[in-house]
Amino acid sequence: MTTVAPPSAPAATPAITDATLRQIQARAKNLRRHVLHMAQVVGQGYVGQGLGISDLLAVLYFHRLRYDPQRLDWPDRDRFLLSIGHYSIGLYAALVEAGVHPASQRDTYGADGALFEMSGSELTPGFEVTGGSLGHGLGQAVGMALGMRLQGRPSWIYNLLSDGELQEGSTWEAAMSGAHYQLDRLVAFVDCNNQQADGAPRDVMRIEPVHEKWQAFGWHTQRINGNDCGAITAALAAADRTPGRPHVIILDTLMGKGVPLFERREKNHFIRVEPADWAEARRQLEEEHA
Amino acid sequence: MTTTAPPTPGVTGNILSSDTLGATNTAKAPFGTALVALGEGDPRIVGLTADLGKYTDINLFAERFPNRFFQMGMAEQNLIGTAAGLSRTGLIPFATTYCVFATRRAYDFIAIGAALGKANVKIVAGLPGLTTGYGGTHQGIEDLSLMRSIPGLVVIDPCDATEMAQATVAAAAHDGPVYLRLLRGAVPVVFDPATHRFAIGKARLVRPGTDALIIATGLMTARALESAQALAESGTSVAVLHVPTLKPFDREAVLELVARIPRVVVAENHMQSGGLASAVADCVVDHGLAVRLARIGIPDCFCESGSIPYLIRRYQMDVPSISAAVHRVLGNRP
Repeated sequence: MTTVAPPSAPAATPAITDATLRQIQARAKNLRRHVLHMAQVVGQGYVGQGLGISDLLAVLYFHRLRYDPQRLDWPDRDRFLLSIGHYSIGLYAALVEAGVHPASQRDTYGADGALFEMSGSELTPGFEVTGGSLGHGLGQAVGMALGMRLQGRPSWIYNLLSDGELQEGSTWEAAMSGAHYQLDRLVAFVDCNNQQADGAPRDVMRIEPVHEKWQAFGWHTQRINGNDCGAITAALAAADRTPGRPHVIILDTLMGKGVPLFERREKNHFIRVEPADWAEARRQLEEEHA
Repeated sequence: MTTTAPPTPGVTGNILSSDTLGATNTAKAPFGTALVALGEGDPRIVGLTADLGKYTDINLFAERFPNRFFQMGMAEQNLIGTAAGLSRTGLIPFATTYCVFATRRAYDFIAIGAALGKANVKIVAGLPGLTTGYGGTHQGIEDLSLMRSIPGLVVIDPCDATEMAQATVAAAAHDGPVYLRLLRGAVPVVFDPATHRFAIGKARLVRPGTDALIIATGLMTARALESAQALAESGTSVAVLHVPTLKPFDREAVLELVARIPRVVVAENHMQSGGLASAVADCVVDHGLAVRLARIGIPDCFCESGSIPYLIRRYQMDVPSISAAVHRVLGNRP
């Protein structure tokens, strides 16, 4: 098994000031606190995914996206499309942190009749589309990018996919069309956390070389450490400087990031946690320095 | 025991033609023409296809509004996904392909991508039922069944050119996802455009009668009217209820007539199960009505290829077969 090195990592120079970076990182830590809170409510779940993607969501919701938490239907807003419904815990955390939903809503995560379903849908305010049935997000994002461009509106469209989702053929149909229509305000993030339901993608169905695949499809392709807020902002800045093509930012992330207890779980697609472990998890998160 | 007619060499017909079957009064490309007219008045109307622009008449829209038309290539999942995305920016996308590709290949995208969130997507799907001589790959024989089962999706099977055009306008005006079966090319005119009024969810008594009732949808209504005319000449009075909207289903109209005329033939350009006959049976059973019901439609099989006249005889969807079914429900000897 050979590993393919990312051929063209963007320049490591952060496009933002240290102060801004520290603010984003503080938000990322808050998101992780929300994730742990929700996961503890149900005692199990996609806590690894939520922790792993907190850095991206902090960059998007507290640095990059043009949106109004008080006016979610603002037509010219940037849009974040979550393909991967089981990452909803992460998006709920971002929406709570942004003030779209009250913190008390966290206590309903996964509860019967609640707004915060374990795999969220667009019926929850702040969700642009319904993910969860994988392979939907990027096509919807292509449609939104086409629609906004046609109407001369300035929005950027962001879609978060998982590495396993690259096995869905519809993802590549959408990738083809995004490049065909030169949608340069479309950004796909691919979270490569190296875990899918039945194991590691290399064992389930090999998806590497991910970078070369997207490049061959005509996308402006970058591969970065997805738990590095500075690298994420730099990659987005590189997207700003690259017209004429859609952008894909492949994120190598660590599931459970920020809580070593969960980072080490071998099978961490869906974690079951003993009640006694939560206090330890929270202690580890607070000790972890961004 | 089914007997198959021996093949007739050289008589294959044009298997790509639409189902004009010798009709003299036809209108050309009613969907494409109606969509262009809509597009003139409403900049929100956009079009997409999956490499079937020419064969779904949406090429007319593409030629008139090239900037508002998106060719998606042979990728039906993305066709529907992209249409849903377009609708979420305030546009009204009309996406075309064939019934088989829309409903078989892109089912999850219609159900979850469009219908779950009530995205304002219009899917216009060609080659419904036996309107193509291509075989099982191209004949949309179970699309109504699949689409009827999706919550909140409007499902329409127009009869003729008049209704095709009116249903296109109604689909655009409806806020929500619509699945519209397409009749394309030179399409017979059955209903007078000056007097016919299509409305989503409304059935229409297109011929009164007292002895038996034919409930029909799509192009089968034209054959039902021919059958009723022929039966009238031999002294049998047959009503014809045209039900162009499979969902939402006009239960009141069906129940009112069935209660009065409980000898019913259901005729549809679709499998006998899962479409109109099933919808009728559902509401009849729900209301405890006792009826004698015969089904005209495709049995539980994939169909052959061949000319359309051959196919509709083969699967007993022609006018004489409808008349024979009326006699059956009336208890007449053959």
